[in-house]
Amino acid sequence: MTDFIQLFMSGLATGSIYALAALGFTLLWQASGTINFAQGEFVMLPAFAMLAFMSFGAPLSLSFVLTIVVAVFVLGWLFKRGLVDPLFKFGMMPIVVATIGLSIALRNGVRAGYSAEAHPFPSLFADKIFNVAGVTVTLADVGTFGLAVAIVLATQAFISKTVTGRAMQAVAQNTESASVLGINVPRMILYTFAINAALAVAAALLVTPTYLAKFDMGEGLGTKAFFAAIIGGFNNSRGALLGGLIVGVAENLASAYISPAYKDAVALVIFMVVILFKPQGLLGKKEERKV
Amino acid sequence: MKKMQLALMAVAAAALLIAPNMLKSYGIYLLSYWLVYIIATMGLNLTVGYAGQKSLGHAAFFGIGAYTVAILMKAGVSFWLGLPAAALLCFAVGLVLGFPALRVQAIYLAFATLGFNTAIWLLMRNEEWLTGGTFGINNIARPELAGLSLEGNLAYYYFVLAVTVLLALLLWGLLRSPWGKAFTALRDNPIRAESLGVSVRSYTLLSFAIGAAYAGIAGALFASLVQFIEPAPFAVAASIMMYLMVVVGGPGYFWGPVLGAAVGVIVPEWLRDVPGVSDWYLPLFGAAVVVLMVWLPEGLLSIPDRIRARREAREASAARSAAAANVGAVT
Amino acid sequence: MSTALLRVTDLKKSYGAIQAVGGVSFEVRPGEIFGVIGPNGSGKTTLFNSMLGQITPDSGRIELKGDDVTKLGPLALNRRGVGRTFQTLQVFGKMTVRENLIVAAQEHHGTMWSRMFAPGDSGLGPKADALIDQFRIRHVADKKAGTLSYGQQKLVDIGMAFMSDPDLVLLDEPCAGVNPSLVGGLSSLLKELNQTRKGSFVVIEHNMDFVMDLCHRIMVMVEGRVMAIGTPAEIRGNKQVLDAYLGN
Repeated sequence: MTDFIQLFMSGLATGSIYALAALGFTLLWQASGTINFAQGEFVMLPAFAMLAFMSFGAPLSLSFVLTIVVAVFVLGWLFKRGLVDPLFKFGMMPIVVATIGLSIALRNGVRAGYSAEAHPFPSLFADKIFNVAGVTVTLADVGTFGLAVAIVLATQAFISKTVTGRAMQAVAQNTESASVLGINVPRMILYTFAINAALAVAAALLVTPTYLAKFDMGEGLGTKAFFAAIIGGFNNSRGALLGGLIVGVAENLASAYISPAYKDAVALVIFMVVILFKPQGLLGKKEERKV
Repeated sequence: MKKMQLALMAVAAAALLIAPNMLKSYGIYLLSYWLVYIIATMGLNLTVGYAGQKSLGHAAFFGIGAYTVAILMKAGVSFWLGLPAAALLCFAVGLVLGFPALRVQAIYLAFATLGFNTAIWLLMRNEEWLTGGTFGINNIARPELAGLSLEGNLAYYYFVLAVTVLLALLLWGLLRSPWGKAFTALRDNPIRAESLGVSVRSYTLLSFAIGAAYAGIAGALFASLVQFIEPAPFAVAASIMMYLMVVVGGPGYFWGPVLGAAVGVIVPEWLRDVPGVSDWYLPLFGAAVVVLMVWLPEGLLSIPDRIRARREAREASAARSAAAANVGAVT
Repeated sequence: MSTALLRVTDLKKSYGAIQAVGGVSFEVRPGEIFGVIGPNGSGKTTLFNSMLGQITPDSGRIELKGDDVTKLGPLALNRRGVGRTFQTLQVFGKMTVRENLIVAAQEHHGTMWSRMFAPGDSGLGPKADALIDQFRIRHVADKKAGTLSYGQQKLVDIGMAFMSDPDLVLLDEPCAGVNPSLVGGLSSLLKELNQTRKGSFVVIEHNMDFVMDLCHRIMVMVEGRVMAIGTPAEIRGNKQVLDAYLGN
């Protein structure tokens, strides 16, 4: 039983990181109809960026802040202006394919241009272990979970409680009405992209200590975030958190109780089951075809 | 058809028939590989480009076709029975996949097809008794046609070329017929289409089924081409590449798949051989795709249309200026 | 007295607490142009959508040529001879004008399988050309419909509704967005179509002059109910209608 709880807890930690990536993914979709197939690489790049800053002597905290600034500019503003804006009116297809190309370029660009090796990354948390009622949990797991959930909840609070956040919601639900109401639609969409970039940096900060910085770390993460977003509910921000946690916990349990080979298959299977019976996701609202 | 188009086709036909004789064995193999992907992409172009559906699971049908032929041949069945079996099976499964498309909105359809692809891939990977699991099936023979062995790369190339041309002609005939307009109507405005008597249900299902059948035939040819198959080329990543090929070539353009498959299959190979590129061939490919999409969101084949649109806009603007200039002239 | 082409009996449709259509009954005779007018929110659009099978009414009957078609969808209704135009333009932008007209009728000729691999225009070329000439859009016949002006697209839209020779055509605000100088031409065109094709039209419209000039009979709807049905003269003289809607 203690094993189960330990696996559950560390699963929550991993899952909360998936939730960060999934949340950004969902927000981008809601605000601009963009499916970002390069989301995983959006987490991989900041990991390397932080390492680069640190190699120049900056402490982790400063590197983190600097990376957020750079990420918001490059992965937020530049991504939006350079790729999404020109393709917006052509529907989903060109954006999807462009982000596919982007993910290939970024992933292999880092490999060819920087390193194909896995690099260690400092952890925010000291190497401590707690023992509560016979259950062993690491400080890293608890810290990661707490921090990630706090960020997700803070983002959701921002969206639902501030004026800017509500304006962003309005844009996501009905762009035309929002602009008629005087909301600066392009700016709200830009904020969404900026938030996505920031969430990706946060995810990088939390996930890289365990998984190490490598050019292909984005592949698995991006896929899991995608599944998590859909499982939780693609048109609902709270779904990202639920989906992420479900995937994280299920993976951990499957790896231990079934076999490590099935770890990746678990997210797939849950995804498939959800798609078959509730395609709008566990927390999603049903959107029927209008024909 | 205009003279320029006919001339281009004649040149292309000559190149396709003669060039392989001047290439090394690997070059011929690559050309066959390209042709196989053209067939698969033609099918996806019908589903996605002409009928406007979302399908991110096309590689699953490619795989079903390949495994059907491989398994049947291992059991002693001739390739010539395996090929139509693959096509029919994929047609049926494609029909079934079309049903969620009727009930579910675009983005969720994309997810559903991804899920379908994943399920099929899992099946291929885990059911060792049927598919050999991750070990795959090897020693797939190339067939014999009326006593002529298609074992050699060159002979097999001509066979694949013949099948490609035949399937292209069939597709051409289909798209020129009323079905072509029905698909376009379905894509551009399903509500209007329905109100005019176009059965959205039937055409949606058929767009999936026919697209799947094409992928199935491509898969069957693929199996005998590479002679060893395992689940990797049929995973979701492959479906995404096929989608990329359709969009880059130009969705809804007949020759789109030829260009798209060239970009997906030949360009990476070619890039790899360019001096100085080596490891950078993939990032360059990825960057090229991004640039291509931003510049030509409707695919490579939209270039003539864009030139024409720009010319018409210039002419209209010139006509307006001329008319405005005459307004002041009073006699 | 000839039998009605369309008979709507006590049609009701509510959205939650709001009763959009609260018991509407009327008849449309063969060959007549029947107008439906009323303030916004009077239920005209809901009534229309029920008649077209886009939504299912809560109760009531819709009969076409004597058959109960209440529960049929747009596809089935079109096959039975109902055509429609849309308030917001819905032409197929990437196809030419002629192709738009052909696709509007092709599904009524033969079966799906007979059309597979058949010649592109299903033999409908001459018919499409006749309509193009009648609508005087010969000069844009081979252009992609999306490149036409709004007024021209409107004509294509209307033409598409008529290509399959429907017995009943429902026109949803045909004058919306049309240049006032072209409205007269539109009215003459519709009259011409009505006389040559002998079909019945049901027209929702806000342009009063247009409605009064075009329609044989007019139905006034207010708050989901029928206030009056009569000839244009009768409606113009109806005090209740004047007070509620037309003004003095």
